[in-house]
Amino acid sequence: MMKKAVIVLFVLMLAATGANAQFSETIKKSEVHGSFEFDGAYYLTDDALGITDSLINGRNFRFNSFGNIIYTLGRFSAGMRFEAYIPPIAGFDRDLEGIGIPYLWAKYTGEKFTFTVGSFYEQFGMGLTLRSYEEWSLGYDNAINGAQVTYEPVKGLMMKAVYGVQRYYWNKWKPNTRGIVKGFDAELDFNQIIKSMESSKFRLSIGGSAVSKYQADNDPIYKLPRNVSNLAGRFTMGIGNFIFSSEYAWKVNDPSTINNYIYKDGDALVFTMSYSTKGFGFFGMFKRLDNMSYKSDRTVTSNALDINFLPPNTEIHNYMLTAMYPYATQPNGEIGFQLQVNYKIPRKSKLGGKYGMGISLNYSQVNNIDREQVNDTTPIGESGTLGWNSSFFKFGKPVFWQDLNIKINKKFSKRFKSTFMYMYQTYDIAVLQGHPGAKTIYANIGVVEMTYKFNSKNALRWEAQGFWSKEDKGNWVAAMLEYTISPNWFFAVSDQFNYNNPETGEETHFYNASFGYTHRTTRFALTYGRQREGIVCIGGVCRAVPAANGFTVTITSSF
Amino acid sequence: MKKIIILSLILLTGSWTFGQGVTEMKTLPSVNIKTLDGEPFNTSEIQNDGKPVVISFWALWCKPCKKEMEAYNENYEDWQDETGVKIYAVSIDDARSTAKVLPFVRGHDWQMEVLLDPNGDFKRAMNVNLIPHTFLLDGTGKVVYQHTSYYEGLEDEFFELIKKVAAGEKIPNH
Repeated sequence: MMKKAVIVLFVLMLAATGANAQFSETIKKSEVHGSFEFDGAYYLTDDALGITDSLINGRNFRFNSFGNIIYTLGRFSAGMRFEAYIPPIAGFDRDLEGIGIPYLWAKYTGEKFTFTVGSFYEQFGMGLTLRSYEEWSLGYDNAINGAQVTYEPVKGLMMKAVYGVQRYYWNKWKPNTRGIVKGFDAELDFNQIIKSMESSKFRLSIGGSAVSKYQADNDPIYKLPRNVSNLAGRFTMGIGNFIFSSEYAWKVNDPSTINNYIYKDGDALVFTMSYSTKGFGFFGMFKRLDNMSYKSDRTVTSNALDINFLPPNTEIHNYMLTAMYPYATQPNGEIGFQLQVNYKIPRKSKLGGKYGMGISLNYSQVNNIDREQVNDTTPIGESGTLGWNSSFFKFGKPVFWQDLNIKINKKFSKRFKSTFMYMYQTYDIAVLQGHPGAKTIYANIGVVEMTYKFNSKNALRWEAQGFWSKEDKGNWVAAMLEYTISPNWFFAVSDQFNYNNPETGEETHFYNASFGYTHRTTRFALTYGRQREGIVCIGGVCRAVPAANGFTVTITSSF
Repeated sequence: MKKIIILSLILLTGSWTFGQGVTEMKTLPSVNIKTLDGEPFNTSEIQNDGKPVVISFWALWCKPCKKEMEAYNENYEDWQDETGVKIYAVSIDDARSTAKVLPFVRGHDWQMEVLLDPNGDFKRAMNVNLIPHTFLLDGTGKVVYQHTSYYEGLEDEFFELIKKVAAGEKIPNH
């Protein structure tokens, strides 16, 4: 249906331009832009990693690819995204296997209104009630297919309404399958609405959203709510150098496979504050989730069909070994906080030296929420019950995550700079990666990174890292060398060496070699090597990555 | 069949427009995002009184992006004195870290304009696949050059291009 509509639109558009005497004028006003990506992999067998011919099963070649095109003519725009996963690269959901155009849209942007039909992405506030987005590196896409209207009657007041069904890999929507999503959001910015507040040091905006999903009830045992709403209120307030921001969401009971069919209401609170002046920044965050999974199909447990987004309160790491155990959001319940300080020791001070020195300190912790039985005879979380009672601000057991890290950036001369980092991590792998019985990991991690610039084009970067733990796979050391020739070339080699593995006692090298060429927006990169088993997480949404050995090639371009 | 029709229509439209040599982006898309302190901002408001504009997409989790931004920031005063260029650093950090961007930016004493694009709406409208991805706009607001990736020293060559654009010279296509 949607496709037909878009075909009609394109035909009308072309007919209109064709019939017009000023055909070439119209063409001149038209713009077409787009982007492409091809990710290919060729897998090899590897005895040390346990990758056999029968595991690969003839599927040595894997291919993920997309092409995105946007057409614009004045206030009108339309676009599409072609995708192919034939078959998907190892670690991506098998349901992605397929080829087609899952994303197709047309949009009109007026003075006060915008109208979108087809697929679209949207986020209300922090996303606790609704966020549709797409993350290529996770193979994640929960785009809403339907209609979206935004209305801005005056500057500073924005209203949005959405209606549709979400993308579920390649499954076409049919009645009485996955649910229908509707949502409304409004945001009011006082500093733009009220003239006298325009240049005030006091900034305030408030917002609210209401989202509802409908899904038929075909359950043989339980009588399930067909309509489930999720409501939220939020504010952002700035006073001088302070900014406070918060969102609270409340979801009516929503029994699902993820929460084991309990009839408890859910709620979520996110609160952040920051203070910043020149050279100094402080950030604090508190977050609590209780039974907040909200999917448009209550039976789905995979990374799909999420209507809302539950932002993690942990730091994102990007060194090889600091990123080894990333955080995965626990929608059934978690409570945590984060504190961060950034300080730049000024130039020409004793510690700062000629170029100054940057220090950042970060601590985050996530615990389970407190859970008590709803009555003496009902076990916690039993299906068909109210699940549990929880005291709001109480930190429960166990500790899922703890991360204390300090980073120092120091530039020694025009050519030579370095980063030092230390991190202490606690990681409940049993919960966060779903390995029941596995011991919680306690790790000390150190990183040294140095960059030496030979001249304005050539530079060498070097990393040395260590990870020490008695649990899971034990100790690691890693090194990386990267040579770059600006603006086109990079060459890199790295090795991650696993030793003192408490389970297997084996020692394993994960070596890699890669090079790449970039010309403006086109980039080509080729990698050969071993990939260690683990998980990749973005925004607390994770996918498992299996151990692998082979070649990967990535080509991307945009125009 | 439908897909073939759509594809051919798009290719047809595309080839016409390419034929006319209009693949340069002449006007920025109009997308509602946020300023660093959380106020609404429409991307069509990006401008610099006829002088060059740089738009660079980055995120707190992206190390090369932060290096590129640091490199621009170190040179920003000199670049502004010479060319009047204005740099917009667009953070695509999601709700997990949007509130962290301001203390980071002030903590690192960045002088550039910073915008927040938490759901990637502006990023998508600009066809950004990978970050860092940087656009250079001339005085009329037309995108005349773009690059992805950051390597040490890239800023020197990039500044040569900014100077050309400020002087009203054309940037060669290849």
